[in-house]
Amino acid sequence: MSADALWYFGRGTGVSALTLFTLVVVLGLLVRSGWSSPALPRFVVSAVHRTTSLTALGLLAVHVVTLLLDPYAQLRLVDLVVPFLGAYRPFWQGLGTLALDLVVLLVLSSLLRDRLGRRTWRALHWAAYLCWPAALAHAVGNGTDGTSTWMLALVGGCVAAVGGALTLRLRAARTSETETQSVPAPVPPAYLAGLR
Amino acid sequence: MSERLHVDWTACDARGTCLDLLPELLEADDWGYPLARTGEAAPAVPPSSRDYAVQAVRECPRMALRLRPG
Amino acid sequence: MNAPQRLLGAAAATLADHSRLLGPLPGVDGAGILRAAAESSLTGRGGAAFSTGRKLASVAAASDPVVVGNGAEGEPASSKDRRLLATAPHLVLDGLQLAARAVGSRTAYLYAPADLLRTRLEPALRERRDDVPVTTVASPGAFLSGEESAVVQAVQGGRAVPTSTPPRVFERGVHGRATLVQNVETLAHLALLTRFGAAWFRGVGTSAEPGTRLLTVSGAVAAPDVLEVAGGTLLADALALAGGPTEPLGAVLVGGYHGAWVPAEAVADIALSRDGLAPYGAAPGAGVVLALADSSCGLRAGADVAAYLAGQGARQCGPCRNGLPALAGTLRALADGRPSPLLVAEVQRVSRLVEHRGACHHPDGTVRLVRSTLRTFSAEVAHHLAGRCTARHGALVVPSETEEAIA
Repeated sequence: MSADALWYFGRGTGVSALTLFTLVVVLGLLVRSGWSSPALPRFVVSAVHRTTSLTALGLLAVHVVTLLLDPYAQLRLVDLVVPFLGAYRPFWQGLGTLALDLVVLLVLSSLLRDRLGRRTWRALHWAAYLCWPAALAHAVGNGTDGTSTWMLALVGGCVAAVGGALTLRLRAARTSETETQSVPAPVPPAYLAGLR
Repeated sequence: MSERLHVDWTACDARGTCLDLLPELLEADDWGYPLARTGEAAPAVPPSSRDYAVQAVRECPRMALRLRPG
Repeated sequence: MNAPQRLLGAAAATLADHSRLLGPLPGVDGAGILRAAAESSLTGRGGAAFSTGRKLASVAAASDPVVVGNGAEGEPASSKDRRLLATAPHLVLDGLQLAARAVGSRTAYLYAPADLLRTRLEPALRERRDDVPVTTVASPGAFLSGEESAVVQAVQGGRAVPTSTPPRVFERGVHGRATLVQNVETLAHLALLTRFGAAWFRGVGTSAEPGTRLLTVSGAVAAPDVLEVAGGTLLADALALAGGPTEPLGAVLVGGYHGAWVPAEAVADIALSRDGLAPYGAAPGAGVVLALADSSCGLRAGADVAAYLAGQGARQCGPCRNGLPALAGTLRALADGRPSPLLVAEVQRVSRLVEHRGACHHPDGTVRLVRSTLRTFSAEVAHHLAGRCTARHGALVVPSETEEAIA
């Protein structure tokens, strides 16, 4: 494969992975907010969230391997794990490394959810809120097309989608706080002990 | 061996995945929590629903479900 | 009529006094303690009344178990554990050591209110040279803080709220180990019956309810107090020992806030035993006997208790967190608000929604209390629906724990 082809393939899979991961985040937020529609009951939303995340991980793997093989990218194996050491745009590429590390953490911890227990799994899953913005920033800052019109339009679309899903999520959180009926005031001990 | 669907109520958050998967077994109570149609706390899972029950256990976002013998 | 004061008479300010009174800690081995407990038919005094012998035996079967003496006493109408810990701490601590020996445990905890730990229990522990070291853990005053899985959580350093079961704590408790959580009064009885034998223990009380038990008698009685009575004592006798009713009674709340009402007409004939109280949906429980005057409104008293219980939930479980305030609010509306016949049906409906749908028995106990309130005061319900209340006033009188001076 020519170096140019590798470069184009690497960028292409990067954009596709980003789009799919955006979908994963949106679906994750929908799961959390309990959203459903007649065509998409909750367990379907949940299942598609997981399947999409694995597909996106696959695309991400191709993106990374392609760029490893591409001499222009100057990517070393260590750059896949340790961020900000890269030769080419170290900061923006480092964000990509960070996002990759976090994706691996997210997927592994979800596969091992039963072993980890609810609380640990939940704490680790919060990494998604760092992972996705890092991936987004990496795409804009590191990519050759980072600031081109179509790329910015795509990024804008991703942000809008996640923003919309986030609003649903926050609204659901507020509802579950108010859903609990206010308790009639507990009888104070002094009243109980008081004279009839 | 008969099985029952056991709910960890400290984990259940009325997300409703199980309600989608096991409508013949469960309905929502006044507040969205799964209520066995038979009125039991842990309803028996008939063989016809077993696959869906296993899926519900796996898919529950709060890991609040378990299948227990009994 | 007065039963031998086996527990309350074991009051001792120091270890020396205690040893002089009762002799040293008996040298009976673990198997011997298990046998004595089984033969005595001692049952738990924390509320559940489970066979102590069976409980000890099941924990003894596990490897590396833990024992916890439970003095939390979250029940507001009960102060017997406080009285026992304050007056006879060494008896309880003896029981804790013997329970540890019986189950083969090298790890013991004492879970009790901080003030009792500081003023009585830790000084008592410092006097002793026990085989099994005891770690003290302060219990919060909340109603559920004495529930056995909440006790395990607190001992592990977490919030004293119940956890989902199975597994029960006697299988998996503190740090995953089999755990014996035993009420302090039960431990005190164990300390005595190991010394003097199961036959001695059974020498008082009835065959169904052997031994003595502590009661907290309060409400519309002349001398509310913690009393020690023989098992199977008549409810009327218990009230008489507390100075008798100060005015005609309407009902007596037996067991605790998760208990049930016994109507005044039945008080003369009822024994404080499982069989005697069962027709009223009640049980001796934690030994609470709370007398309600006839001039007080039973519905309002029930609503007060239900409101308290609703506020004391751990708020972990949706059906309980939502359902108990709904139940309490509906009962309040029946008692004080604008009652309608629909409210009674609503109470029944929500009760069914809430029962058995929680990690612990808090919703179940609350439903028991609510159902008993409607049943016992059904005449009052009819009056309220007709727009009247027969009561002149309506508070439930419970002695404040803080007023009891620690001797």
